Amino acid sequence: MSQEYTLSSTATADTSANAPLLQIRDLEVGFKTQRGLVPAVRGVDLTLHAGQTLAIVGESGSGKSTTAQAIINLLPGAGQVTGGQILFEGKDLTKLSSAAMQDVRGREIGYVPQDPMSNLNPVWSIGFQVEEAIKANGIAQGRDARKRTIEVLKEAGLSDAEDRLKQFPHQFSGGMRQRVLIGIGLSSRPKLLIADEPTSALDVTVQRTILDHLETLTRDYGTSVLFITHDLGLAVERAEQLVVMYKGKVVEAGPSAEILANPLHPYTQRLVAAAPSLASRRIQSARRPETTDQLDISSVGSADDRLIARADARESGTHQDLIQVTNVSKVYNIRKGGFKTDQLKAVDDVSFAIPKGTTMALVGESGSGKSTVAKLVLQLESITSGSITFDNRDVAGLRGKELLNFRRRVQPVFQDPYGSLDPMYSVGKTIAEPLVAHGVGDRASRQARVRELLDQVALPASTVNRYPNELSGGQRQRIAIARALALKPDVIVLDEAVSALDVLVQGQILNLITDLQAELGLTYLFITHDLAVVRLVADSVCVMQKGRIVESASTDDVFDNPREAYTQKLLEAIPGAHFQFGR
Amino acid sequence: MLWYIGRRLLQLIPVFFGATFLIYFMVFSLPGDPIAALFGDRPPAPGVIEAIREQYHLNEPFIVQYLYYIGGIFTGDLGTTYSGRPVTALLAQAFPVTFRLAMLALAFEAIAGILVGLVAGLRKGKLFDASALVVSLLLISVPTFVLGFVLQYFLAVELGLFRTTAGPGAPIQDLILPALVLASVTFAYIVRLTRASVADNASADFVRTATAKGLPRRRVVTVHILRNSLIPVVTFLGVDIGNLMVGAIVTEGIFNINGVGGAVFQAVIRGEGPTVVSFVAVMVIIYMLANLLVDMIYALLDPRIRYAK
Repeated sequence: MSQEYTLSSTATADTSANAPLLQIRDLEVGFKTQRGLVPAVRGVDLTLHAGQTLAIVGESGSGKSTTAQAIINLLPGAGQVTGGQILFEGKDLTKLSSAAMQDVRGREIGYVPQDPMSNLNPVWSIGFQVEEAIKANGIAQGRDARKRTIEVLKEAGLSDAEDRLKQFPHQFSGGMRQRVLIGIGLSSRPKLLIADEPTSALDVTVQRTILDHLETLTRDYGTSVLFITHDLGLAVERAEQLVVMYKGKVVEAGPSAEILANPLHPYTQRLVAAAPSLASRRIQSARRPETTDQLDISSVGSADDRLIARADARESGTHQDLIQVTNVSKVYNIRKGGFKTDQLKAVDDVSFAIPKGTTMALVGESGSGKSTVAKLVLQLESITSGSITFDNRDVAGLRGKELLNFRRRVQPVFQDPYGSLDPMYSVGKTIAEPLVAHGVGDRASRQARVRELLDQVALPASTVNRYPNELSGGQRQRIAIARALALKPDVIVLDEAVSALDVLVQGQILNLITDLQAELGLTYLFITHDLAVVRLVADSVCVMQKGRIVESASTDDVFDNPREAYTQKLLEAIPGAHFQFGR
Repeated sequence: MLWYIGRRLLQLIPVFFGATFLIYFMVFSLPGDPIAALFGDRPPAPGVIEAIREQYHLNEPFIVQYLYYIGGIFTGDLGTTYSGRPVTALLAQAFPVTFRLAMLALAFEAIAGILVGLVAGLRKGKLFDASALVVSLLLISVPTFVLGFVLQYFLAVELGLFRTTAGPGAPIQDLILPALVLASVTFAYIVRLTRASVADNASADFVRTATAKGLPRRRVVTVHILRNSLIPVVTFLGVDIGNLMVGAIVTEGIFNINGVGGAVFQAVIRGEGPTVVSFVAVMVIIYMLANLLVDMIYALLDPRIRYAK
């Protein structure tokens, strides 16, 4: 594709052939609240030419989704465009009547939303929801509409579309639903497709297939694509043009390769540095004792010396396995109507050991059984066969006091920092709860411990009296970590503990847990679907697929010489894995 | 699905026996002699009381009386009231009246309630929404008999729009006003339920996607917001069918309607076991069928719900 990199709004093209497809000028969007109008987008300019792909990158709250929604006026009730222009083929979309906007939506500008789980209406069949879009945009009617529906779904990658028209969204996997949504978005061959984080809810391998497919389709139809994403790697890989947004403003714009090779704005520089898929090699080298530039993505000072000492001790072979999982299986009985049951082997003959003071990562796609392993290790579910030992003691049959003692030493941190904190409990009460439950100390000593823990996770002491809804995702995850640390455990099981966080916050939390490991000699079982993160924190990696461990080796080996095809596929799928970045 | 319906219908049998037995026992245990009460101040001839007791098996122990009653059911004989009317005739007279009243009330509360709730939910925080909330709160807090008498006085007595009380046989036009009164409280709840459900769904992701597809607003509202919002509302309406069918003693009393509520009340006062039990048995069956109907509609509205074979 040939296109000129004209991103400044001053580039005025007089001939209509050269005119940009979409030109946003000084766009301002605000949200009405009780405290008046809160600006979300503050003077955004961007230009997208026909056939081009442009990505808006930024963390949550940067205004990137709001900008996208403003284009076809999908802003939620309280949001409104307060200034600027959105020129689409020369006409200002902000001035359109609602009837005229209705004609633009779907027909001229398609939209692929973020979360495939919530974006299809659960009570209507897939066929109905696609056909509806085709009819509403006047593409085909009656029998033709049905034929076109099947075509659209086949193009989107549902090979058995005829048979699945009458099925409902809950009978489709996340990836399949996203294909349906892409089909809907492209069903009327729009000139522009807005893809708002189209794959962030999906596994990396599924993400890759879907994005490849989307790329082929849009290239074939000559559709311009506006990507909204928080994933820098993905943006570089999929878009020629990049717009970086921060706090409602564009801080940097230009050809993506150039921006990543030479980020000018400090925020872009931080973003590039924090993107785990890109910085991973650097961190890995920091893990070797001979290097001294420890964890240089860190903004906080890290405990280099202790880390190195620990790494030395590890390599000299004076370690002991704190957790040993031997031939563990977990079988669930699934009710299948009446009295029949089916057996589902969620975990199948899994063995691994975690040496004291190290981090083992368990990696796999959703449904691979990695979270079930976490539950088994935490003794939240009982194992069907095999054995798990902790500190040379079998934990399978622990009851009462012994179980309580075990729980004191093995603590979890879960994925969702919104769901895992009680909204009615203040931060102080949340962190003190394990202490109260285990009868540790008196009121005064517990309060002192809470302050100490908040300090360890780098939160101000004043956080004690605040409530979860007043805190950001990163702050909440720090609190979840503080709660896990309260009882001075030996092991922390981190189940997708950073997956829900933005890259920058993710980087901070990863630094925090690495520092805490060095300081307190913690052992981590780190469960994630994101291989890029693994390289930053893990000493060894187990790759799980369909309940089994398919590959198990040191982190270096897995990344440099993956043996299994499945592991290679996972590594391949990391967005932007092959890009080299300047700093 | 058919299996499921069959199983639910089979469940009616034990529930029927359990309910009739319990009610029979309760009526049997009521203090006072129903026969003595029949004659009031003028004592009948000595043989008469004995003869009546014999006729109604009142000298037998409780369990025998119950078995006589159950035996009668299978021959289509539900016994007679103490005034000599067959219970079947009483049922045939009271239930159609209550049925008409209930259906009118149901139609009113469902149609008006969902409509007002939908508009309020779509305009959350606006004037219409606020007024709907105030009015529904008023309807919920004012007792039925107060509203009944007030409407009866102003609409029927003063303005003459309706007849003050229902005429013989309770024709439909005489039941409109009582149905409005009967529906008022449920109407208020339906408005609130629909409003909350609509407001919830209106900001759902799939509604935004439907808009992004290029659908007209009208279609987004009816196809994507309304259908999803009706699921909790239908559950509530189904439970209410049961409530309405078992009669409304207060409303029937105000408008002098000879429906189920009044008939049961009279029978309980007179201690007429077979009559009370027969009415209650029919009520139980109606209640269970209404619930079955709700579950069926539920599955129709939400494809995620599939009943096990």
